[in-house]
Amino acid sequence: MRNIIKKIDQAGLVGRGGAEFPTARKWQSVKDAPGKVKYVVCNASEGELGLFKDIFILEHHLAEVMKGMVLAMDTIKTKKAYFNLNQNYHKKIKGKLGKLIKQYAKQDYEFEVFVEHPSYIGGEETALLDAIEGKRTQPRLKPPYPSDAGLFGAPTLINNVETFYNVALVAEDKYKNDRFCCLTVDGKRIDVYRQPADWSLEKILRETGNYPDYDFFVQVGGSASGVVYNQKQLSKNKLSGAGSLEVYRASMKPHQLLSQWFEFYAAESCGKCAPCRQGTFNLWKLIDKKTIDWKKIMAIVETMEKTSFCGLGKSIGVPVRSYLKNVEGRK
Amino acid sequence: MKQVAIKLNGKKIKCNEGASVLQVAIDHNIEIPHFCYHEDLPIDANCRVCLVEVDGKVMTSCTLKAQAGLAVKLNTPAVAKLRKENMELLLAGHTQRCPKCQKNYACQTREQMEKYGVTGKKYERPCLNLPIHKMGSAAEFDPEQCIGCNKCVEMCQKIGIGFLQLKGQAAKNSLAITDDKCVDCIYCGQCTVHCPVAAVREQNQIEQVKAALKDKSKIVIAQCAPSVRCSIGEEFGVKPGTNLMGEINTALRQLGFDRVFDVNMGADITTWVEAKELVERIKNGGPFPMFTSCCPGWVKMAEFYYPAMLEHLTTARSPQIHSGGAYKTWWAEEEGIDPHNIVVVSLMPCTSKKYEAQMDKFKVDGHRPVDYVLTTREFAVLLKDQNIDLPKLKKSTVDPYGTFSGAAAIYGASGGVMESALRTAYHFLTGKELKKVEFKQVRGMQGVKRATIAINGHKLKVAVVATAANVKLIMEEIKKDPNAYHYIEVMSCPGGCIGGGGQPIPSTERIIAQRIAGLYQIDDKMQVRCAHKNPIVRRYMEEYIPSLPEHKQRELLYTSYSKKKRFE
Repeated sequence: MRNIIKKIDQAGLVGRGGAEFPTARKWQSVKDAPGKVKYVVCNASEGELGLFKDIFILEHHLAEVMKGMVLAMDTIKTKKAYFNLNQNYHKKIKGKLGKLIKQYAKQDYEFEVFVEHPSYIGGEETALLDAIEGKRTQPRLKPPYPSDAGLFGAPTLINNVETFYNVALVAEDKYKNDRFCCLTVDGKRIDVYRQPADWSLEKILRETGNYPDYDFFVQVGGSASGVVYNQKQLSKNKLSGAGSLEVYRASMKPHQLLSQWFEFYAAESCGKCAPCRQGTFNLWKLIDKKTIDWKKIMAIVETMEKTSFCGLGKSIGVPVRSYLKNVEGRK
Repeated sequence: MKQVAIKLNGKKIKCNEGASVLQVAIDHNIEIPHFCYHEDLPIDANCRVCLVEVDGKVMTSCTLKAQAGLAVKLNTPAVAKLRKENMELLLAGHTQRCPKCQKNYACQTREQMEKYGVTGKKYERPCLNLPIHKMGSAAEFDPEQCIGCNKCVEMCQKIGIGFLQLKGQAAKNSLAITDDKCVDCIYCGQCTVHCPVAAVREQNQIEQVKAALKDKSKIVIAQCAPSVRCSIGEEFGVKPGTNLMGEINTALRQLGFDRVFDVNMGADITTWVEAKELVERIKNGGPFPMFTSCCPGWVKMAEFYYPAMLEHLTTARSPQIHSGGAYKTWWAEEEGIDPHNIVVVSLMPCTSKKYEAQMDKFKVDGHRPVDYVLTTREFAVLLKDQNIDLPKLKKSTVDPYGTFSGAAAIYGASGGVMESALRTAYHFLTGKELKKVEFKQVRGMQGVKRATIAINGHKLKVAVVATAANVKLIMEEIKKDPNAYHYIEVMSCPGGCIGGGGQPIPSTERIIAQRIAGLYQIDDKMQVRCAHKNPIVRRYMEEYIPSLPEHKQRELLYTSYSKKKRFE
């Protein structure tokens, strides 16, 4: 398809892996990058807490996702694409995926599936490139960016499952600026919904019939690294980041929430850089104790957000600070 | 490269555009503390300690690239606070093992902790319950002390081995060995010379040497390797390449050594034996190529990775083994001393020499030619422990049995063994002496040097390999053309022994080049510049050795090789 980048641009597509980078710009830069060998990579790592929309899309719209990938391959002029696939997801879709890969093979499109041990850092695009290359799953120093030197040093286009799915819709003029929302309420996964991207959080909860009848607060865009809002902020804010919405009871103790987050961070840090490696461990240890030492916690949080090597460590300030500002500080 | 002007704390500095700001600071003696950066290795940016501030934003200086007009602030309150936190996190739990650490005497990390008010006790790190891993009898690492800087791993890769790896996620990230059974450590110790915290280090023998020095019944001999004299000064703030041989001789006597000999004397024996073998091979038409064998790292590499090539290694023993054997036989007989009471201590730029010294195959009359090997760093610890300020000492000379030639002095530099052997081989082939003894074609820091040397109508094709990674290249050339070379020198480390794993920290290619220059200066100034003209070695080789039965001659001069298993 000609002019797909223009159509993507006009549709206003942004990356649905969480970073919301304009898709058209990413495609254009890989297309323009010099090099005979290029790759397309679909990121189906989805290692963040509260996220399960990629597997929903893979189970229900796999053909479209692969069509989006083929459009990407045509655009950057390659015949080779990789699926960075969460191991748990691979078990669920491998039959269907295998058939589609065989069909595309007849048209000389080669899809290689990299079965990824589930991890948060595996979603970081340069870390997943290293994993596919058989190295440790750790982020690379940028620049160079993957669009210039990605997989095996070749220009590489990496997009999330939902982004490729959206591209397929754009190509057929079916894209309606919808997005997926993984809803979790009070610790239970409710469902994956699909709604206009500009709906407020309140509207999502009300329209899907999930508005709680108790006092609550929410976390949006990942239930570890996402931002926390109180009930009053719901009408002014939209779904952001990777597309999750988690509802917590207002009575939830900070100790419980922090231990959930910090346990996740301490387990998922790749261990490359000192602030994240030892910072996450010490945050988790601090929560071990009954009382919460906010001063000590914030000292580590600040160090991590200002000096960590990659986005994982840097992101820790988002949930902690927004929770303090919007929920804990208002009690 | 385009030059740009940047400002570091207001000081205007000209540098290459795109240069790492941390490197620019290092080049101008401006301190920015750092743990994972090394100028010869890829930027890993994992310690997050080399922080600076630009336009109010804190960032790592190793990854910050110099651009025209860049203004960098070094010690803002934000930098100081975050740097201290990261040092506390990086070194969490580390100092608990300090009392056991040989660095105790001269630990740059501890100095930095004191300077920046870091206790190492503010934060915890998980206990891994992992044992100390021993690399033969050469080096070892303690995973609990590793700070994950990755320099040893990168260096092991650069050396061409890839034995070490960081393993474990999150706070359990620590040093480990590869699961690949086809990969084994060659004991070069480059990991130890790139560790900022002695988590990976030589297997320390300082206590054993101290005990021997105290033991009145022992005659303790010190012998210093060619390279140590031009690098030990760095431990005392002296410029790399400064020859402190005279001061070392004095210091060794102050430490209580009974005799001060020299591995250089052993190097002259090695040259003699090796040149003889080369000449024999030239006369017999092979087998070629002949490889040098004085680097135990290379020998281990050949025995593990290239067992089919073992017949190509020269059968000459290595310098410390040659001289050690001479002391415990010839010298002992001349002095009327029971060799059982002799303790030989080598000072080496190397960790694999510890492994070599322990090998039973070298025993002479049941005695190990060398009892203990101290690295340059351990020797510095020993001196500092006794408050000996080496550069301030008066010079003194080596004892007569340690007399050496200029050919031995250059053994420490890549190409030095080759050059020494060529000087003597020329004499053995022609009966004449070279008018110009230098073979500059085989000198320098390149990883592979190739030359064709004309001697007496023979066109000798030679190659000099430094850094084990380059062995692969040469082996491929030989596979294609078995007659590609007649004689090949191999040293595991960059620049040869002078860039060895036992040398002072930091060791960079620039520093190694300065040390090498020091070695060639020694040779330039010597009267005797060929091994076969060394009067002591002539007496040993022409009078003592021929007086021995053949099996004794073999025991003192030659060795053999065998295929080695992993960890053997």
